[in-house]
Parts: sequence; C-alpha cells; structure tokens
Amino acid sequence: MLTTIGASTIGTFTAFGQFGVFTWHMIRWLVPGLLNPRTWRRAMPLFYEVGNRTLPVIMVTGTFVGLVLAVQSYDQLKAAGFKERMGVLVSLTLVQELGPVLAGVMVAGRVGGALTAELGTMRVSDQISALTVMGADPIRQLVVPRFLACILLTPLLTFFCDLCGSVAGWAVAVLAKDIPSEPYWYYINYAIAKWDVMVGFIKSIIFGGMIGLIASYKGFFCRTGAAGVGQACTESFVTSFVSILVADFFIGYFMSGLYRGIYGFKSLV
Amino acid sequence: MVTQPPTRQANNGSHEPVVRLVNLHKRFGDLVVLNGVDLELLQGRTTVIIGESGSGKSVLLNHIVRLLKPDKGEVYFHDQRIDNLSERELTEIRPRFGFLFQLSALFDSLTVRQNVGFPIAEHTKKKRKEVDEIVRSKLSMVGLNGIEGKYPAQLSGGQKKRVALARAIALDPEVVLYDEPTTGLDPPRADEINELILKLEHELGVTSVVVTHDMASAKKIADRIVMLYQGDFIFDGTPESIAQCADPRVHCFVEGKCHADVLQSLQKKGSS
Repeated sequence: MLTTIGASTIGTFTAFGQFGVFTWHMIRWLVPGLLNPRTWRRAMPLFYEVGNRTLPVIMVTGTFVGLVLAVQSYDQLKAAGFKERMGVLVSLTLVQELGPVLAGVMVAGRVGGALTAELGTMRVSDQISALTVMGADPIRQLVVPRFLACILLTPLLTFFCDLCGSVAGWAVAVLAKDIPSEPYWYYINYAIAKWDVMVGFIKSIIFGGMIGLIASYKGFFCRTGAAGVGQACTESFVTSFVSILVADFFIGYFMSGLYRGIYGFKSLV
Repeated sequence: MVTQPPTRQANNGSHEPVVRLVNLHKRFGDLVVLNGVDLELLQGRTTVIIGESGSGKSVLLNHIVRLLKPDKGEVYFHDQRIDNLSERELTEIRPRFGFLFQLSALFDSLTVRQNVGFPIAEHTKKKRKEVDEIVRSKLSMVGLNGIEGKYPAQLSGGQKKRVALARAIALDPEVVLYDEPTTGLDPPRADEINELILKLEHELGVTSVVVTHDMASAKKIADRIVMLYQGDFIFDGTPESIAQCADPRVHCFVEGKCHADVLQSLQKKGSS
C-alpha cells in the first residue's frame, strides 16, 4: 500500500518535473523562433488546422449557448423587470466565462487530440528521434509552431464564439420574445467594459497556450504502439479540459479581485 | 538496382577508431541492458552488431548518437567525449552521423525531396537549386530517380529505406548507423540494401555500424561481427570466424536454432 502511494507520488512529481523542463525548453526556442521566418512558415499550415477547421464547430457551439442562455433567462428577467437587459446577461457570460472556456474546450477536443496523435505517431515511428539525430531540435521544429498556432488562434475563435452567442441571444430576444432590438444592444454597450473583454482575452490566450503545451507534451512522451497513441490523445483532452476549468477559476478570482482593487464594485442594474 | 557489388577489400581506410564506447552501462528499471560494454568502431570499416531480440543492440546504437544517455561509462567521437555534452553542443556533432531507422522514419508530411533536403537546409545556407541538386545526386546514389515529388505513403518499403538512406548520407557523414536495415523487406530488396551499404563504404569511405538479425546480410557486409548477449559481448571477430565459434549461444544464433533448454521444455509441454 505504502509502496503504491510512494510510487504514484514519485511518478506524479516526475511528470510535473518533465513537463516543467519541456515548457522551459519550448520557451527558450520560442523567443528566437518568433524572429525566424522559418518558424512562421512551419506554423502556417497549423494556423489553418487550428483556425479554419475549428471555426464552424465554435460558431455552432456559441450560437446554441447564446440561444439557451436567452431562453432560460427570459422569464426570470421579465419577472424582475429587467428583460431589456437580457443582452447583458448573455454577452457578459459569454465574453468573460463561456466564450473562452467553450473555445478552449473545442480547441482541446478538435485540435489538441489531433496534435497529440500526430506527435505521438511521429514518436512511435522514430520521426522525432530522426529530427534529433539530424541535429534539428524537435521542440523547435514541432512544438513551437503548434504552441504559436494554439495561443494565437484561440482568442480569435473565442471572439467568434462570443459574437455568435450574442447574435443568437438577440435573435431570441427580438424574434421570439417581446424585447426590442435597440435596448438589447444598448445595455450590452453600457455594461460590457473593456475590462470584461480583456479578461476574456487573457483567459483565451492562457487556455490556448495550455492546450498547445499539453497536447504537444502528451504526444512527445507517448508510450509506444497504437494503444499508447490512443491513450495519449485521451489524456491530452482530459488534462486540457480539467486545466482549463481550474485555470478559469483562478484567473477569474484574481481578475475580479484586481478589478475591485482598482475600480471598486460595479453594479450592472 | 545496384550492379557489380564492390568488395569489402576495396576500402583502404586508415582504421583509426572513430567511435569508442568505454564501460557502457544502461538499465531500464530492473532490466540491465548494457553491462559495461567496450567497443571501438574503426574508420572505413563495417561493424555488424548481432544478438537476440531485446539484447540491447538498438540501445547500444542509440548511445552512439546520444539518443540515450548512459547510466555509467563514456562515449567518444574521435577524441571528444560526447556522452556529457548538452543538446546544443550535440547539434554540432550529430550532422557527422547518419542514421537509418528500422521504420525508415521519413517525415510523412514532407515529399521525398523535402525529406532528403531537410538536413541540408537545416545545417547549410545552400540555395534551393543547390539543395535540389544534392538531393538528386543522393537519390541517384541509392538507385532512385524521378520520385522527388512523391510522399512517403506512396513508396514501397524498399523505396522508403533507400530514401531514408539518401537522407542519412545527405550531409556526407563520417559514420552511418543502420538499425535493422533489411527487416521487413523481401530477400531481393534486402540484398539491394546490403549492396548499398557496401557501395557507401566503398565510394564514400564511411564507417558503418549495422544492427541486424539477418545473418546472410551480416556475413555479406561485415568486416567485423560482434554479438551482444544479456548486456555483454560474447563474440567479436570476422564473418569467417563466427562459423567456427564454439560458444553454443553464438552457434544457435548463427544457425538460427533455438536453445537446447528451450527446445527441451517445448518438447516436454508437447508430450504432457
């Protein structure tokens, strides 16, 4: 029993240490890589992979979340006499919380798994070792472009998620309920400050970076065989998903405290 | 197809040690894979490492290019110790080695031209035209022409090996390491690879280290054969002398026979 707990603890700490070294190695290549045109040439196909292929699913997700938020909140807002402010509830929820989280989860599922599978296959077929033997650092060649694609495109995808959700909320308000169009957008404009947009933006950058790193790490150190690659893909998604939720809480807690410290309490009603 | 195979005697290398492994130890958990191995690889010679599956042949090969770090012991390239170098320092050393992986390890997303040109683009400042010229010349050396635009998935197993070999020699390395180069190929394709190994030794004077199970291949290409067994070398000699070796472990391997104790236990199980 004690042996099992001890081995498990050592294994966990070893994995954290390995991830730390991996991250540090990536950062060391990232800084010079940003100035190297070859890094961007390698990243271009990945931008397409992460951005273009994830966009439809993000838009659909954002739209339906916006629809659900509007439908679920309408009765309560109407009873409280705040039905014109429905846009605030829908948009603020999306901009600060659901937009970054949903975009992150979608990127983790749609792209993170594929990145892990690709790198895992490269690992088991010795392609990563081949890079090393040729004197081409595999983290510089493979991880830096994937990290850049995830960290740069997740905020953009989050924007589309927010936009689709807000428009879907408007569609419910105006077309299905008795809320005029003008107050819907007016209150959004009134209530959502640059700070709220910035919080969502910071979250999406952090989530994107985490997905890029976790997906690459899991692929890089996957076990041999088809089962190893499959397991790495599952672990990649689960770890990214849980990390996004945990990070969301801590960033939200920190940013709201910071906001109160700078601006004080802000009422939306 | 390579014709008129060059003979082993054709090479007149100076036979100075290029790579030295000194008292190399490696273990994975409780499994001891290398148990104080010493080996010198001589310039311009082909050394074949044979041994049963799991005997540590590939592990040994991986130590030469520091894909693995020894638990104890030293690895020298010429007179420079390389087992303790950082990854950045190794970047200078590794292009002097070529490595043919068992699964070829061609990059799936790149064409043949990009695969073979990869190390050249990575380590030189040559223009694309010059790189293309070298790629064509290396592909021609391994007997392949007109496939530069194809992807690895469009190639046969033998073609993949030859493209991987062209990539391994793209920077004119001093040492070429082959990890089971004939595994998975039919006998004529396997023999083509053997001929290519001999051709490279003859024409480029490269030092070759070949890990294989294939005794026909080993006898054809080797200047020297070493056999690894449970972490130690149990044979070191010429292809001619291995047939006379009295050690039953070597004899069984060379003749492709299972060990007497295994045979006995199989017969017992069969009769019960």
